[in-house]
Amino acid sequence: MTDNQALFEYLLRLGDNSLILGQRLAEWCGHAPILEEELALTNIGLDLVGQSRLLLSYAAEVEDAGRDEDLLAFHRDTQAWRNLLLLEQPNGDFAKTMARQFFFDTFQYLQFEGLCQSKDERLAAIAAKSLKEITYHRRHSANWVLRLGDGTTESHEKMQVAIDELWGFLPEMFDMDEVDAQLLADGIGVDVSVLKPKWDDAVNAVLAEATLERPEDSWSVRGSREGKHSEHLGYLLAEMQFLQRAYPDAKW
Amino acid sequence: MDSMNKITENELPLFEVFIRSKNGLDHKHVGSLHASDAEMALTNARDVYTRRSEGVSIWVVKTTDITASNPEDKGNFYEPSDDKTYRHPTFYEIPEEVGHM
Repeated sequence: MTDNQALFEYLLRLGDNSLILGQRLAEWCGHAPILEEELALTNIGLDLVGQSRLLLSYAAEVEDAGRDEDLLAFHRDTQAWRNLLLLEQPNGDFAKTMARQFFFDTFQYLQFEGLCQSKDERLAAIAAKSLKEITYHRRHSANWVLRLGDGTTESHEKMQVAIDELWGFLPEMFDMDEVDAQLLADGIGVDVSVLKPKWDDAVNAVLAEATLERPEDSWSVRGSREGKHSEHLGYLLAEMQFLQRAYPDAKW
Repeated sequence: MDSMNKITENELPLFEVFIRSKNGLDHKHVGSLHASDAEMALTNARDVYTRRSEGVSIWVVKTTDITASNPEDKGNFYEPSDDKTYRHPTFYEIPEEVGHM
């Protein structure tokens, strides 16, 4: 794989993570439990969409095949997406949305913290800008895991169920393949496998304070890097891409 | 009445939000919001009231912790000072360099 091909693939993974989770959060618009959360979820969703725009624009330039951020976002089919399986999982109830967010925020913080040191200056700048947003996202989601876990019997139960249901999607975050290895060797990418202990510490601390149980590592699913997704991504893309597919190049 | 009480019980407590828009200015009351506790009130205030970078500092205080004056006390609270102009610093000119005072 040439350097450019590897970098394109790497940027796609980062950008797709942000865009798919941003789209999921946008689904809460008009449905959040309280007005304050409505604004928080859509704000955070927009932060993520903003990150994805920077990353996918860069990816399109690196690819140099005549595509732009919009073509990458709206004219790619399921198998061409590289987002983590965790992020395309349906919102479920508020507890599940917050559990998914907390697991990813904690991971993304560590990943982008590393990317700030990237030899690729543009990627480092995107990471530095995003890290400020992620710092807030993490605070927000950790707060909710704490409050629901250590809240009422009902909220505790819902948060525990959410964590159990998502647990098997998490190991994929720390996988390294040849693209990761190549970019790590070039000083551009981050070794996500070594982030695991730090992630564990951060997550364990919140779970313990929230009186929640850390599940056993009994199952796991993977495949996003090869474009093998759960059935949920297709539905998400159908909604997100509909307008651009039905009316290509439609403008506001 | 029972159902009314239930709704109130299920709602998160109300907090009043004060934001300082610039260094040197006072915190100003901007509105209120619901939150489970003070920490969450701060993060909610960040999302509800500072989306367009309106602030450099946020205060939140539980609405129930505020003691307000009674409108009926208007007469004996404020009117006696109306005819004592010497209490108002209207005879001085404040130099522009002083800025926000």
